[in-house]
Amino acid sequence: MHWPIDMIVLTFIIFCAIAAISVKDLLATAILFGAYSFMMCLLWAVMGAVDVAFTEASVGAGVSTVFFVAAVFRTSRRTKD
Amino acid sequence: MKFLGFIVVCLTGALLLYGTGDFSNWGDPNSPASLHLSNEYIERALEETQVPNLVTAVLADYRGFDTMFETAVIFCAGLACFLLLRDFREKKQRFYRHIPTGVILHVKNSKKVLPVGREFEHIDKDWVPSDLIIKTVCRILVPFIQIYAMYVVAHGDFSPGGGFQGGVIFGSSLILIAISYDLKILVRRIKEKVFGIFAAVGVLIYVGIAALCMPMGGNFLDYSKLAPLLPGDPHHVRALGMLGVEIGVGIAVTAVMVIIYINIVSEGRLEEGL
Repeated sequence: MHWPIDMIVLTFIIFCAIAAISVKDLLATAILFGAYSFMMCLLWAVMGAVDVAFTEASVGAGVSTVFFVAAVFRTSRRTKD
Repeated sequence: MKFLGFIVVCLTGALLLYGTGDFSNWGDPNSPASLHLSNEYIERALEETQVPNLVTAVLADYRGFDTMFETAVIFCAGLACFLLLRDFREKKQRFYRHIPTGVILHVKNSKKVLPVGREFEHIDKDWVPSDLIIKTVCRILVPFIQIYAMYVVAHGDFSPGGGFQGGVIFGSSLILIAISYDLKILVRRIKEKVFGIFAAVGVLIYVGIAALCMPMGGNFLDYSKLAPLLPGDPHHVRALGMLGVEIGVGIAVTAVMVIIYINIVSEGRLEEGL
């Protein structure tokens, strides 16, 4: 029963991606990117690529979110467009 | 302009979707990759390298060059962040806090430097007292995160994980200290220079182990030639070589993560930040 989990996670990924580029608050974008990475990590794990899932969880959902938040902290929180 | 960009994005997306149509199905045993390459690795990797985790065997041994230059790329990322953002100029204004009374002093003359120690501490412009609960919880968590990171590096031969993941986890434990306390606490404990040296040493460990195989009579990255130097069963020498390079990768990645964080969050001044 891999198929439905795949599809549910994929739907969440697309939602996160669209939300990340459409919200005005950049801090929210950073968190949405973290959620996106975590969903990607789940998808890799479902597909059996555990090493890739581990990397995605630690780099994508962990450190890069911190970098985004740090960059937002030092620049502006709202986008111009 | 925005409309044009939208059209370009849609076209690129459509082309990419069209391109994925040529991919073989997920897990298809008749796809070109599974026909030749995968079988080779699955059948011979354990026998040749004595490493149960095939991904590590492929990354650190069969594709050792790839991983070496990936480490070099990470090192360059840290270097670029440092060179772009680091700001060595003296700050005109300083803020000090008198610890016993909590009075905050604003020093406008840059020449005057108060002795920082038991009496005064140097604080940021937007300083807020760190929360006791957050500080305590993070202080309890940090050692466990670090031990887990070392486990991930050391156990990369047998289970998912390895130098990159372990290094990132170790680096994020140091970033957690900087977030929960203060950036200055971290930079005072471990100097910026130390992180720079560690980043270079990590890459050097990898290249050093790889180059050490040459005077021992093998090719670059041919770990099996290190057998006379290492104790234990000579069959496991490739696994030990991989562990060595993974440790190098871990050290480099840890240092680079912290360098990127402290430079981004303080605009390169390393004085104030999250």
